[in-house]
Amino acid sequence: MSTETETRTLLLGADDEFVREEAGRRGAVARTRGERIRLVIAHVFVYLAAAVFVSPLVYAFFSALKPNIEIFSMPPTLIGSQVKWGNFAEVFAYGPFWTYIGNSLFVGVAGTLVVLAVSTTAGYAFGRLRWKGRDAVFLLFLGTLMVPAEVLVIPMFQVMQWFGWVNTYQALILPFAFTAFGTFLMRQFFRGIPFELEEAARVDGAGPIRTFLQIILPLSKSSVAVLSVFTFLSFWNSYLWPLIVTVDYSTLGTLPVGLASFSGLTGTRWDLQMAAAIISMIPTTLLVIVLQKHLVKGIAMAGLGGR
Amino acid sequence: MTTTTKRRGSLARVETRQALGFASPALVGLALFTIVPVGLSIVMSVFDWPTFGDRTFTGADNYAKLFTASPDFWPALRNSAVYTLLYVPLSVALSLVLAIGLGPRIRGRGALRVLFFIPVVVPMVANVLVWKMMLQPQGLFNGIAQGWFGVSLPNFLADPFWAMAMVVAMSVWQGLGYNMLIFSAALEQLPDSVLEAASIDGARGFRLVWSVMIPMISPAIFFATIMTMISSLQVFAQPQLLTGGGPGNATKPLVMFIWEQGFTFGDLGLAAAAAWILFAIIIAITGMQFAAQRKWVHYEH
Repeated sequence: MSTETETRTLLLGADDEFVREEAGRRGAVARTRGERIRLVIAHVFVYLAAAVFVSPLVYAFFSALKPNIEIFSMPPTLIGSQVKWGNFAEVFAYGPFWTYIGNSLFVGVAGTLVVLAVSTTAGYAFGRLRWKGRDAVFLLFLGTLMVPAEVLVIPMFQVMQWFGWVNTYQALILPFAFTAFGTFLMRQFFRGIPFELEEAARVDGAGPIRTFLQIILPLSKSSVAVLSVFTFLSFWNSYLWPLIVTVDYSTLGTLPVGLASFSGLTGTRWDLQMAAAIISMIPTTLLVIVLQKHLVKGIAMAGLGGR
Repeated sequence: MTTTTKRRGSLARVETRQALGFASPALVGLALFTIVPVGLSIVMSVFDWPTFGDRTFTGADNYAKLFTASPDFWPALRNSAVYTLLYVPLSVALSLVLAIGLGPRIRGRGALRVLFFIPVVVPMVANVLVWKMMLQPQGLFNGIAQGWFGVSLPNFLADPFWAMAMVVAMSVWQGLGYNMLIFSAALEQLPDSVLEAASIDGARGFRLVWSVMIPMISPAIFFATIMTMISSLQVFAQPQLLTGGGPGNATKPLVMFIWEQGFTFGDLGLAAAAAWILFAIIIAITGMQFAAQRKWVHYEH
């Protein structure tokens, strides 16, 4: 019973957080004068820090709207003599940014789907099924987590050459879609699902594939969502590997390598570079705004909250 | 009795077969894209292995060459060390202060969290470009200093000391939101009862933070320190794009050295050897951290 409630709390996590935030807001009514002063100081500190923190992004945005010769005007100005929204359009004329965005989207979505398929099935095998050698193999999985991607890129490039995969989509998607992190995360979550649920289904004659698809996966929506978001972001922002394995940036470049090569090609056109940087920032910023309620919970759930 | 054992045995066999079916995509992928590359990397590191052309076995020559005949290797080690020593404490301390400051009673807390998280989720290249513009001799920093205070600042990216300082500063700014969220998540999991008990005992403000909150989230601080340290030893995009490793090799860290050897000079064997050195350093430092954690990390159970 208690485990069932726990599962439900996890599934309803968003409301739970909402309730807690409401409680926090109610607590915001300071009780004593000292407390009120302390709260005001905390607000001043936090908002000042936020203002300093965000100023590079704000300045970059306004620089993207300036004529290029005014970027380095002295003393610096926030708004130039004219507001050139056309800079954003010019970026798309100068470099194939739609291609970059499309490539990043395709690689990110395809990579995430592969990771999800691989980690949920393997997580099920490691977390719910009993088989000989399971724990030894799982330990091997965990061991590979210690090997940083930087150690793998050199031999991986050689493997890609042997496969004839250099400068292909599969080289951007597959090599880093089998890391043990997702399997580990899903296994941890699956283990927390009460076994009675699965046993009841088994008694009713459901095989492991059916229990996996109809019982385990639907109960794991929240952690699957967390894994998808983190995986998508890591594909979307990956820089070193696409830089190495892509040759023709204009057709296969993802957004990071595309932006880097754009900056190399446009040299001193800082107006365009800032516009391009802002354009590159928009998609994932929107993603974070949409998912903001789940950010902290996601980090905590991905096992990043403590040990 | 015997029939049940037999039945159980065959059931176990069925379950093993099913489990292997479920695990096989992961197992094949892991073998192909992790185990094989790791093995291959060991082999490559003991060969003279150019990108194209003949490979010859050279034993430990690549390793010896790194330490004796590769002019950029020692500086790369030093740069990685300097970067890590500056970046990790700054990043952990600042994000901890921020997470504590951004408590549940701050209005607009959710929006502020998103704000601090933006540089974490946008492409690093975009972040670097913004900083590169601000750090130009005529850029925002120098512009403000000259225009408002009449002070002229050094040409940051052309000076070895300032270039490294700015790579660190830019990285701290970029990674702040991530550690902050880790600490926020840990702080939110603190039981209210403990905080209430502490405040009834008269612990307030700094005392409450220093003697109660920080010890109680020390596992999260430990985790964040290790992860930040590992990621700072892997730093690549920031120096590669902001300074190109320069001036000279003043900001060229280990991963950039590896990338350059492998893909600019086409010496994959030497690059693989350097990657193993990096791996050894990461393992050694992580091991030392785990050994030291008993001194300061406080676990609940």
